Amino acid sequence: MKLGKVIGTVVSTIKAKGYEARKILVIQPVDPAGLFIGTSFLAIDTVQAGVGDTVLTIEEGNSARQAVQDKDAFTVKTVVAGIVDEIAQG
Amino acid sequence: MKFGKITGRVVSTQKVASFEGLKLVLVQPLDEKREPVGDAIVAVDTLQADVGQVVYFETSKEAGRVIETEMNPCDAAVMGIVDDINITENK
Repeated sequence: MKLGKVIGTVVSTIKAKGYEARKILVIQPVDPAGLFIGTSFLAIDTVQAGVGDTVLTIEEGNSARQAVQDKDAFTVKTVVAGIVDEIAQG
Repeated sequence: MKFGKITGRVVSTQKVASFEGLKLVLVQPLDEKREPVGDAIVAVDTLQADVGQVVYFETSKEAGRVIETEMNPCDAAVMGIVDDINITENK
């Protein structure tokens, strides 16, 4: 799983099967301190996350299908699986 | 998933059976500001995206599942055509 921050949304009408009626967010990867790292990517929202939220993202198909609760969503791979409240570093 | 821009088409005559009749496109990955990032890849396009259009694509096994057949050797596919990108959080 990767930490990221939601920085925007994507509007898309023509989509592949499995992506219909799903909200797509633009995610900027962050380090545990919240600093931006690397290049942004897109993920399907499953937890009603919004812009500004720090989130937990999964990039694995089987886990993604469980997160969207649709075992027939074979084309889905990247999802937002949680909103991070706090990161405590020891 | 990543943003990408369709920069061309790839024509291939001699190919594996499950690629028969499929459109292959050249995709240049982009960041959220539509700036190119990294190297172009070849992806399967089932959505009939045009050259110049911004799309999002997925890689690995899940990409292959846009094709109806159960098993096929595809590792990148266009998953949607972007109408608009709304970035509200500044980097």
